[in-house]
Amino acid sequence: MSTATTHDAHHEEQRSGLMRWVFTTNHKDIGTLYLLFSLLMFMVGGAMAMIIRAELFEPGLQFVQPQFFNSMTTMHALIMIFGAVMPGFVGLANWLVPMMIGAPDMALPRMNNWSFWILPFAFAMLLSTLFMEGGAPAGGWTMYPPLVLQTGNAFPFLIFAVHLMGISSIMGAINIVVTIVNMRAPGMTLMKMPLFVWTWLITAYLLIAVMPVLAGAVTMLLTDRNFGTHFFNAAGGGDPVMFQHIFWFFAHPEVYILILPAFGIVSQVIPTFARKPLFGYASMVYATASIAVLSFIVWAHHMFTVGMPVTAQLFFMFSTMLIAVPTGVKVFNWVATMWKGSMTFETPMLFAIAFVCLFTIGGFSGLVLAIAPVDIQLHDTYYVVAHFHYVLVSGALFSIFAGIYYWLPKWTGHMYNETLGKWHFWLSVIGMNIVFFPMHFLGLAGMPRRIPDYALQFTEFNQIATVGAFMFGFSQLIFLIVVMKAIKGGEKATAQVWEGAEGLEWTVPSPAPYHTFETAPVVK
Amino acid sequence: MSLAQTEKYYLPQPSLWPIIGSFALFLMAIGGVMVMREIDNGGWILLAGLAVMIYMMIGWFSEVIRDSEAGRFNKQVDSSFRWSMSWFIFSEVMFFAAFFGALFYTRMLSVPWLGESDTMEQLWPAFKAAWPTAGPGLTADGFQFTPMGAWGLPAINTLLLLTSGVTVTWAHWGLKKSKRSQLILGLAMTVALGVVFLGLQAYEYNHAYTEMGLTLGAGVYGATFFMLTGFHGFHVLVGTIMLIVMLLRSIAGHFTAEHHFAFEAVSWYWHFVDVVWVMLFILVYWLI
Repeated sequence: MSTATTHDAHHEEQRSGLMRWVFTTNHKDIGTLYLLFSLLMFMVGGAMAMIIRAELFEPGLQFVQPQFFNSMTTMHALIMIFGAVMPGFVGLANWLVPMMIGAPDMALPRMNNWSFWILPFAFAMLLSTLFMEGGAPAGGWTMYPPLVLQTGNAFPFLIFAVHLMGISSIMGAINIVVTIVNMRAPGMTLMKMPLFVWTWLITAYLLIAVMPVLAGAVTMLLTDRNFGTHFFNAAGGGDPVMFQHIFWFFAHPEVYILILPAFGIVSQVIPTFARKPLFGYASMVYATASIAVLSFIVWAHHMFTVGMPVTAQLFFMFSTMLIAVPTGVKVFNWVATMWKGSMTFETPMLFAIAFVCLFTIGGFSGLVLAIAPVDIQLHDTYYVVAHFHYVLVSGALFSIFAGIYYWLPKWTGHMYNETLGKWHFWLSVIGMNIVFFPMHFLGLAGMPRRIPDYALQFTEFNQIATVGAFMFGFSQLIFLIVVMKAIKGGEKATAQVWEGAEGLEWTVPSPAPYHTFETAPVVK
Repeated sequence: MSLAQTEKYYLPQPSLWPIIGSFALFLMAIGGVMVMREIDNGGWILLAGLAVMIYMMIGWFSEVIRDSEAGRFNKQVDSSFRWSMSWFIFSEVMFFAAFFGALFYTRMLSVPWLGESDTMEQLWPAFKAAWPTAGPGLTADGFQFTPMGAWGLPAINTLLLLTSGVTVTWAHWGLKKSKRSQLILGLAMTVALGVVFLGLQAYEYNHAYTEMGLTLGAGVYGATFFMLTGFHGFHVLVGTIMLIVMLLRSIAGHFTAEHHFAFEAVSWYWHFVDVVWVMLFILVYWLI
């Protein structure tokens, strides 16, 4: 091996123009691509949410037809889950995992590129269904048969788009696991890893375990519709409920895929601004692992109304409630970290604190829904919508905001505008509560989800929610401005950026050089 | 900073193969949609996608093989490959788990339920809930089929695949002892066994469709039978192609007794396919 060639191979300089981004094998470039893609999808999915809320401002039909309304709820969910939140977390993992463990890059840089570049094709396919005869998928993101089998020309596009997203996620997850187990710097033992790395390790394991199950489920849908199988048709001995079992075996771990990295981010941010080490590090690791294990045995709590033996209902009810224990450990630890800390309230900390408060509300409403007899009343009502938006908007999304504000100076080399950041925070947190808090009452009063029209008595709360939605929606434009301004310029960031920040990523200059840790740091 | 330290890591250059792979997947998906909707030239687009995918795989793997033969892969890269192959096989296990789960659910739960509820008594009074079944509706319409027995071709196929597991291990022993002729002979026998397996499987499918009335549309039995054995057969096909590549590389003099992870990865994959078949033989063919 000639040393000259390897040397060149290591220092392949950035190409210029578009091709740099298409061919790149650099974890920072790919992280940026993921984050920008996530931002774009967040805007697209957000626009759909605005259409939904505008239609629901008054009872009766205002702006859109019921079929299109149902397409909007379906597409909003698919885009936000698979297009915004997951790529957002993967983008953060790409940027940060190698830097946090002292590795020069991801373990499999070429496959890393492939994981990302499948996504634009997948979402091009999914979004193209909006312009098709028969409309975009409208049967809900859960794709239950037989309803989803009535989708028009969009049906195979939906299935193949899900397949492509699955391939992308599995490759991305394998890369993250392998990076973490194999690329750590000398001395970086497992129990010294930053919690963000730990949560991503466990998340990636969940992804590898359940994305193939989703692929199997949608493949069965495809063959049932196009190749004459009878998996979900009782006349052929199948059962539509079987789809729900297979789907939720995927989708319950999936909701933890959407929240575990959030736990990791918050566990990085809170110690920094409380200027205290994380309280109960080891218990955080074990709690995360417990949540992951439990996530495989709770799936049918999504299906209490479809008809199950009572023993099964009891089992899924109690196993679901068990999850509150490790989650409670986490919330306790975050609060204990802040206890008697020397706290300051920069934007990332504000989002992290809001996460702890509001995610906990979402957790509690989840416990309410876990009670089988109560769930039979609340199933498919706005109470459920309120619950999962508390865990996904003020949970997953707020943690991504916290993470972006926290690490943006490291990525761009510039401090973001703190005043605008605070405006973004307060408008988001107030707006978010105005949208989703009244939905609890709507659900308790019996308003079903996924309908464009409703009974008159639900009007006031819906109007409040719509006002909040537009407030929340437009305040995200502030976020866009903050990010663009920080990319363009601003106050120079120091290497450590935050006074209380600890970890390897804060030892490299800001902005982080194109290649970091080509010589492994030694962690004591 | 010494040069030895910078050489610790292997970092590949920017690569055009991934984007070609994404484009291939996209073409295949669009082609697949067009075939299903019976739009003209859909099949050609699907084939074009497949061709681009094969081109990408040849290009990408050639690059990896060149790097490997040039000695650029150190222990850490080798370890990354090992971990990633293991996790990939785990993801394949979970893919099959979805279909085995469907088999379990229908056999143990949903088909028995179809025989015992009052509603079903009204709808399909003549239905006897017993496996294998094409389901109450199809049976009432006079649909008939013969289930696939275990002790004909499937038993021979089991023997073939189990033997191939032995031959590939024998080849691996040859490689570890630097006995090239044993390596090449062992691999050639494994490939031959894989090809014969695929041939017999094709014969069995043809027999099922033409003589036994057993089709993909034969209720849940037909659906689970063909989806499980079909995806397995596809994996055997992929495994056989990978084994052929290993055979050609062995003939070309690649691999040393210490450095041959590509071979090991393929043998892991082959053993995985083997294990899935044993599960299939017991749960799909035998216990009916």
